[in-house]
Amino acid sequence: MLAAFARLFRRDLRLALRQGSASSSVVVFFVLAVTLFPLGVGPETAVLAHIASGVLWVAALLAAMLSLDRLFQADFEDGSLDLLALAPLPLELAVLAKAGAHWATTGLPLILASPVLAILMQLDAGGYLTLVAAMALGTPVLSLIGGIGAALTVGIRRGGVLLSLLVLPLYIPVLIFGVGAVEAAIDGLTQRPQLLILAALSLAAVVLAPLAAAAALRLNLE
Amino acid sequence: MTTAPDWTAPPAPFAARDLACIRGDRLVFAGLSFDLVPGGALLLYGPNGTGKSSLLRLLAGLLPAAQGMLLWNDAALRPVSEEHRARLLYVGHVDAVKPALTARETLAFWAGLAGQADGIDAALGAFGLGHLADVPGRFLSAGQKKRLNLARLAAIPAPLWLLDEPSVSLDADSVALLALLITRHTARGGLVIAASHVDFGLRDAARLDLGAFIAPVAA
Repeated sequence: MLAAFARLFRRDLRLALRQGSASSSVVVFFVLAVTLFPLGVGPETAVLAHIASGVLWVAALLAAMLSLDRLFQADFEDGSLDLLALAPLPLELAVLAKAGAHWATTGLPLILASPVLAILMQLDAGGYLTLVAAMALGTPVLSLIGGIGAALTVGIRRGGVLLSLLVLPLYIPVLIFGVGAVEAAIDGLTQRPQLLILAALSLAAVVLAPLAAAAALRLNLE
Repeated sequence: MTTAPDWTAPPAPFAARDLACIRGDRLVFAGLSFDLVPGGALLLYGPNGTGKSSLLRLLAGLLPAAQGMLLWNDAALRPVSEEHRARLLYVGHVDAVKPALTARETLAFWAGLAGQADGIDAALGAFGLGHLADVPGRFLSAGQKKRLNLARLAAIPAPLWLLDEPSVSLDADSVALLALLITRHTARGGLVIAASHVDFGLRDAARLDLGAFIAPVAA
């Protein structure tokens, strides 16, 4: 079962790397969206530093959402999802493997890009490490909860907008505690509670999101 | 051709009792029963919309039956159970071929998911795909994709084959290969249920006309 899980993870990783576009467009979107803010609100260091953590997190949420609609749709359209549902690997674990590959190809690049963009946004130096830690703990939730939305809208052509409406409200806790952690670090307070809550959200999502997404996929396969 | 690997589960009689299927708000068929013994083949035919694909998806456990039950070895089975999934291979009318993966990678993935790591090249060869093993899916024709999907039958051992229009877009030689593969499968005791408009050489197959189970228009 572990071997089958690893096989599906590797296959999705390989598909993402060969097709390339999804992963890089997510990062490019992230960079562009963040770059708009200095242009929009002006280059004053104080203003930018004040909004930096919020802007970075909001842009990361939106970027992570971009590639979600293809998470299951390609497999749904070409019949792969039928075969995945019939494979010995439980569909819940298949969902987890696919969400994991999605995180590795979108969440991970976002984490790597965020410190660079933090410089652009004049983020206070005290917040850098916490930003990366919070992103590392929070981005898996984005892929996992996004998986539920992607599973629900898998049968809908152009389901992208509906997907955002479903998923964005569920991203709010990650946003609140992600920004909270960075702000606390900048203010010299402990960021530990916020990071722990992000970790808890991640763990809960690992357990619960695959159940919900697999149930939604089964409904859509009928 | 390949020497067939051992079964994941031994063949056993497979039967359906009083199945009914609802799609949307429409009753597609009702009161459908059949019996299939090991080594038996069943050909589903009937006009479009009589539920051939739905019946196959229902037998695979992808679609819940509105009514009725399935029996394996005379015992009622849960269609979504792991045991049932392990004993069946389903070939649908879309081919589960990724444009970015080569033929060998595609088949190795599906076989590996079923715990079958060996015999990939032999299975590709069985459907005349040996020379295309390293060609990505986007360069395969419709018939070649179909053959790649069917090659799972040669790579993964499972007693129950559920085939939805398996001969569509195949050339005459490939249809003959498919018929040969099915004959060998049933000769070993395997079970085959296929939906098809054309007779593609399923000799000795029982025939089930789904047109006969169309539900009477709303009472």
